[in-house]
Amino acid sequence: MKKTHIIGILVIAVAIVIIMSSVGDASTYVSFGEAIELAQDGDMTKVHVVGRLKKDTQGHIVDMNYDPLVDPNYFSFTLVDTNRYEQKVVYFNPKPQDFERSEQVVITGSMKNDVFVADKILLKCPSKYVEKEIQQNTASL
Amino acid sequence: MINTLIGDIGHASVIVAFVAAIVSSYAYFMASRATVELSGDDSWRKLGRWAFYVHGAAVLMIIFALFNIIYEHRYEYYYAWSHSSDHLPVHYMISSFWEGQEGSFLLWVFWHVVLGVVLINSGKKNKTWEAPVMGMFSFVQLFLTSMILGVVIGDLKIGSSPFILMRDFMPDTPVFAMDPNFVPADGTGLNPLLQNYWMVIHPPTLFLGFAATLVPFAFAMAGLWKGKFHEWIKPSLPWAHFAAVTLGIGIMMGAYWAYETLNFGGYWNWDPVENAVYIPWLVLVGAIHTMVAYNRGKSGLKASYLLVIASFILILYATFLTRSGILGNASVHSFTDLGLSGQLFTYLAAFAVLAVGLLVYRWKSIPTTDKELTTYSGEFWVFIGAIVLCLAAFQVLFTTSIPVYNSFLGFIGIESNAALPADQIAHYTKFQLWGGVAVAILTGVGQLLWWRKGEKSSFVDAITIPGMLTLLFASLVIVLSKMGMLHETMNNPVFIILLVASLFAVFANLSIILSLLHKKVTLSGGAVAHIGIALMLLGILFSSGYDNIISQNTSGMVYSREFPDEINHDNVLLWRNTPVDMDKYSVSYHGQFQEVIGVPGYVNRELLFPTPDPYKAIARGPIKANDKVYFETGDTLDLYSPENTFYQVQYKEREGDKTFTLYPRAQVNPNMGLLASPDIKHFASMDLYTHVSSVPDPSEEKDWGELQEYDLTAGDTIILNDYIAVFNGIEKIDQVPGVTLEPGDVAVQADLKIFGERKQYHAHPVLMIKNQMMGRVPEEIGDLGLRLTFLNIDPENNKFKIGVNASQKDYIILKAIEKPFVNILWIGTIVMGIGFVMAIVRRNEGKAKAKPAAPREKKRKVQAA
Repeated sequence: MKKTHIIGILVIAVAIVIIMSSVGDASTYVSFGEAIELAQDGDMTKVHVVGRLKKDTQGHIVDMNYDPLVDPNYFSFTLVDTNRYEQKVVYFNPKPQDFERSEQVVITGSMKNDVFVADKILLKCPSKYVEKEIQQNTASL
Repeated sequence: MINTLIGDIGHASVIVAFVAAIVSSYAYFMASRATVELSGDDSWRKLGRWAFYVHGAAVLMIIFALFNIIYEHRYEYYYAWSHSSDHLPVHYMISSFWEGQEGSFLLWVFWHVVLGVVLINSGKKNKTWEAPVMGMFSFVQLFLTSMILGVVIGDLKIGSSPFILMRDFMPDTPVFAMDPNFVPADGTGLNPLLQNYWMVIHPPTLFLGFAATLVPFAFAMAGLWKGKFHEWIKPSLPWAHFAAVTLGIGIMMGAYWAYETLNFGGYWNWDPVENAVYIPWLVLVGAIHTMVAYNRGKSGLKASYLLVIASFILILYATFLTRSGILGNASVHSFTDLGLSGQLFTYLAAFAVLAVGLLVYRWKSIPTTDKELTTYSGEFWVFIGAIVLCLAAFQVLFTTSIPVYNSFLGFIGIESNAALPADQIAHYTKFQLWGGVAVAILTGVGQLLWWRKGEKSSFVDAITIPGMLTLLFASLVIVLSKMGMLHETMNNPVFIILLVASLFAVFANLSIILSLLHKKVTLSGGAVAHIGIALMLLGILFSSGYDNIISQNTSGMVYSREFPDEINHDNVLLWRNTPVDMDKYSVSYHGQFQEVIGVPGYVNRELLFPTPDPYKAIARGPIKANDKVYFETGDTLDLYSPENTFYQVQYKEREGDKTFTLYPRAQVNPNMGLLASPDIKHFASMDLYTHVSSVPDPSEEKDWGELQEYDLTAGDTIILNDYIAVFNGIEKIDQVPGVTLEPGDVAVQADLKIFGERKQYHAHPVLMIKNQMMGRVPEEIGDLGLRLTFLNIDPENNKFKIGVNASQKDYIILKAIEKPFVNILWIGTIVMGIGFVMAIVRRNEGKAKAKPAAPREKKRKVQAA
């Protein structure tokens, strides 16, 4: 057997290991219901959940709690997933500053006891890179 | 008035550039045919060349038109309105030019024009390459200019024009129905995170790297097409080096920008946008290695073809990933989707099919050698190195493409919910760290074998001394880490392996340089670049593997409501003027500062009286810096950018007197909320990286307590919010900041002295009678959380009524991280660049007598958290 063949086999082997391991590491987008099921099965893998902030009829965010004077590393809020399931989420970090403006929130983490512990929050602000409004009161020619 | 002329010029130039690219590629294609070449008729080639020059001139015209729109603040154009504003300084107008997709395409097109012109004029001696290579160039330009064409045929939109008018971009906005000539007064400005000098030079460098990868690809395609299966390697090798060095430096500039501007605490985040350029770079470096090996040993031609083509296709893939919107939720900073995904995919697919098809068609004709490489030959290890680089690239590619799999499966009707790994840093580090180890060892072994001509005994001699030095230094580093050089002892076996491998690479390559010094210095370019890579690995190992968060919250106030075991201590609350102990420092926060044009450093906001124009303020006292007075009380000051607030944070060594002050920044942006950027203190052995993670919301009105009224006579002492205050009396004043006093108006100010923790404060609330009306200007002392208002004068009893509101004191939430030896990473980058340049110089000398050097450059980002 030629050396190139041995190397070829090794390369394929490493590539397979990479693929298998990456598939194993890949996370999934789930709903809170599925996240709870996973936790009940003892599966602590971290998942992604997409949702919106819980708001009252006036559009104010409710059930959001960040009091840096008590603990700057504790932030909790309620997220409503695509199935309209409401879930309390805690995040052991300061509140992201543009949090209130976000339209959509993607969190990564897993369920523990009755709360979702997030270790990453990704905010999708539709206005972040494209603004679709112009202010009319600044009219001039 | 709406200036439609400049946009029409720009748009017409885009069309000219597009048509010229078609003509040029067709003419060059005709010129490349064997019959034309043999006949000696060069009319096709001349046509192609002239068409390319016309194309180049049109591109310059487009750039002129677009920059003019930005520079002259022509907000009737969407591009100027959405990427620039009146207050933007010229150097940031340049970065707003390429903030949008269209501008960055233009930048890319521009570099292709420059490189094309260089190639046309440097290839004069060897005219055989011009037609096929430039044909490929023009063909690429055809696709790229189509991206900014902005032509609509039926339902098909081709390209997105940067010259679109506001009224055409948003035809539904009511204001344009009322007045089609409406021009917004000001633009919406440049994304504040991009207002950084690195954003002026990082994109052009990166796109030059992008553009330069086309050269080796075009040569490889020309070689396949014309059947010159190995002649293309020599002319394209310096270009491959050039592409790798510009791309590599460009990536690292982006990393430095992220380190300096973003607040995720590092220089590399494994974001898909970062990965998208890292992948082709690795493959390109692999390609250089196989090309160099072919140059010497005549084996590895097919591998060179594969890798050169792959690196270019991966550049196109990166473009597709970052610009098509396919990354969606996966990335925080890809471009906005302009609806070009179909066009981008066509571009990618066209070249992938063309290149792969041609390669398959010609595969059997590519000469191969039956010579088996021995284990003691340098080339063998060079190939292994290239394989390691490609595997590393494959790993990043496989994971980064997860959103693409989702879209693809969705496209064929299968629902997929796969997401990127939850802990990306751990995921990539797991592989890339070992890639780094392999690369470091291979650079040492490969270089030694390359220059020792593959003899076993001389190799053993050569490796002995570097090997001994490596073990010596590695032990030394570990002992030093135990003695306090790092905050913890180096005892993680994986990190120790990386340390040993990198040190070995440094010493082995150093020994090569020493042995080459007496021969020819430029020969050692490869060794120098490899040392750079090894240094980068060391810098990454220390700064990311041994970073240390010193802002540990030890106030004892922490309580975690659900999980006592899962407490994060990484952020600390700092009350204004109340020092907190962190590591060996006592850290305190002293208020909000701003940048004022004409004053070095920062000016305390308490000295700035705001005016209706946010870019102007009035000095409330003399503005001093370094004992020099720059402005007097009442002067009008121009603010550099009012949305930036700098928080003065003072570090004082508890044992020792050393103090230094950092000004981490936060920007209030109406679209993006509050954006924090760090301030970094550089020491020889580490960086101290400090940023605010949260501040009281500036948009919320301060919550002032109830007004307390005091009737005072001169000399009275009172207690305000736990501070002692002395009322010294009142005085008449002639000037009130922000108010013009007319004859008959009277203004008096009270003078109070308040004893704070650190210093005394003088408060001067003003009471004035203007046009028979009473007016008051309260004075706020942010340090003490006090607002004083001069309410009234009782002339009969000689008493003065002062009102006081107290508020919660100002605070910031701070995070501070020590990054040991991060300097080694930046130094390594520069050394790598120097090595590349030496290799380019040497390749261009083209002296046949010198044996090829082995420029092998490898880099690995290892972020071990």
